[in-house]
Amino acid sequence: MAAVRTTSEIALNRIAVVSVLIATLIFLAPIYWIASTAFKPKELAITVPPTVLFQPEVTPFIRLFTKRVQMQKAVDPQVYEAAPWWEKRIYDGGERVLKVGKDVQLSQYPDRFMNSLIVAVISTVLAVGMGTFTAYGFSRFKIAGEADLLFFILSTRMLPPVVVAIPMFLMYRVVGLNDSHIGLIILYVAFNLSFSVWLMKGFMDEIPKEYEEAALVDGYTRMQAFFKIVLPEAATGIAATAVFCFITAWNEYAFALIMTNRRAQTAPPFIPSQIGSGLPDWTTIAAGTFLFLLPVAIFTFLLRNHLLRGVTFGAIRK
Amino acid sequence: MASVALTHLDPASRAAARGWSDLTIRNMFIIPTLAFLIVFNIFPLIYSLGYSFTNFAANRSEPWQFVGLQNYRELLSDDHIWSNFVTTAKYVIVSVTGQMIVGFGLALLLNRSFPMKGLITTLLLLPMMMSAAVVGLFWQLLYSPSWGPINYVFGLGDFAWLSNPDSALYAVAITDIWMWSPFVMLLSLAGLSAVPQHLYEAAAIDRAGWWYTFTRITLPLVSPILLIALIFRTMEAFKTFDIAYTMTTQPTAELIAIRLYKQAFQQWDTGKSCALAYIVLIMVLAITNLYVKYLNKVKER
Repeated sequence: MAAVRTTSEIALNRIAVVSVLIATLIFLAPIYWIASTAFKPKELAITVPPTVLFQPEVTPFIRLFTKRVQMQKAVDPQVYEAAPWWEKRIYDGGERVLKVGKDVQLSQYPDRFMNSLIVAVISTVLAVGMGTFTAYGFSRFKIAGEADLLFFILSTRMLPPVVVAIPMFLMYRVVGLNDSHIGLIILYVAFNLSFSVWLMKGFMDEIPKEYEEAALVDGYTRMQAFFKIVLPEAATGIAATAVFCFITAWNEYAFALIMTNRRAQTAPPFIPSQIGSGLPDWTTIAAGTFLFLLPVAIFTFLLRNHLLRGVTFGAIRK
Repeated sequence: MASVALTHLDPASRAAARGWSDLTIRNMFIIPTLAFLIVFNIFPLIYSLGYSFTNFAANRSEPWQFVGLQNYRELLSDDHIWSNFVTTAKYVIVSVTGQMIVGFGLALLLNRSFPMKGLITTLLLLPMMMSAAVVGLFWQLLYSPSWGPINYVFGLGDFAWLSNPDSALYAVAITDIWMWSPFVMLLSLAGLSAVPQHLYEAAAIDRAGWWYTFTRITLPLVSPILLIALIFRTMEAFKTFDIAYTMTTQPTAELIAIRLYKQAFQQWDTGKSCALAYIVLIMVLAITNLYVKYLNKVKER
């Protein structure tokens, strides 16, 4: 604002700050609602009027991880002894101890959550690894038709997932990759690679060439210079790119819905499928959603200084 | 690829000759990625282009027949498809306009120094980092007719947002606005912070009013970045699938991507969906071209 601050400007500033606070509360309300529903007793999940104040519970999370079963035959003692402690006993709302395999069974949620983790982590490592090498290549060497190649790489990211998924589904059927971790990982690498190249190229361009040149003069080979000088310099960029790729793979829905249905199904298609018919148990669904969104929320805070670069493919830096 | 002499590191050219040559390294670093992208992005598209001229159905074992352009002809004369495109256009216009207004408005408010600014900005960015499918799911709870918090807060009684054919699409658009306004806000903030301070000081000395300053200084300087946000969001909104698919089953909210999914994986009309996929693809590539053109413009500044 202007160098001279008038009273009307100060008042305007105050109004703006208050408006920002109100807007933030409105924007966070939906997230608060899902988080609070995850800690509500089952009977308070859907009430008229909606319940805001209540005694928080963790029972929705217990329900999320377990399902009651009527098992007639006792669990194999050897299996039971070998199981880790957290699988042996579950407190049923603090009342009674349930034995896994005898009274309850683990639900599919932990399994789907693990699938999400496996696919997101492996596809991130591959996409960022390949992207880093390629970005270095584009950043340091003259390449014929560089702009066109970079545009081609970017354009692969813009393809609608459903469009790519139809032929991929047919091809995977032939080679038996449907509903497999590998199949989904390949798709996510293909999806994230372009992003990784663009973002990493921005980071690579910021590392002065002189560093490598000095190393080459000192008798390093170019590969040594790359691994010992460039990579450590690019570490922050690599970390930021990795977190972005992880979030994208973690959140992806369309490919996962089409390509997986059981064995390799990830959490995004699984969580909505739990609604089913009748009255859904919103507390359990909210608990699953809450756990699923938590890592992304933490990452958003870690990434806050790189967000602008990330959402614009490294085109706009700050 | 032209194999020009790559090293322009004169003092180090002899050093660079140790180990692998630069040419080898360049090719080793770049070719695998390009090959991977061609195999898993371009090849599938060629594959589906072939199928788009047949009556192939993936769930039946009958041999497919070549039908020429029939799929494309049928699609382009199908009223249902046109209504999907109209729905998509409506959705894009409503949600992108909403995002631009809310996002730019928030950025204008945030563009000043106040305590905890960093924290508040980061909190506002949370929605766009979340999984759209899961966001669609929990907005179902927020929109529930008789017990949803939205109807309670706004006193709408038991208005059924998502199962009412007239409002379903707008309900999805509102959720999309909630999710993506932060994106427009983030870009606008970057644009606003790049406006040279001395212009505002000069305007203040000239006793220029707020409106004059805004329309003559702020808007023209921020518009390139706003345009990027607009094109990017248009492209993304056009492709929307997950959020709408998990929120509602209303035919009035059947976006083109949902239609494509149903045709391919519920009706198993594979040949025809490959043709539809191509029609959608051409539209997306047109918007992408615009996006890249403007990105390069902004980068040059």
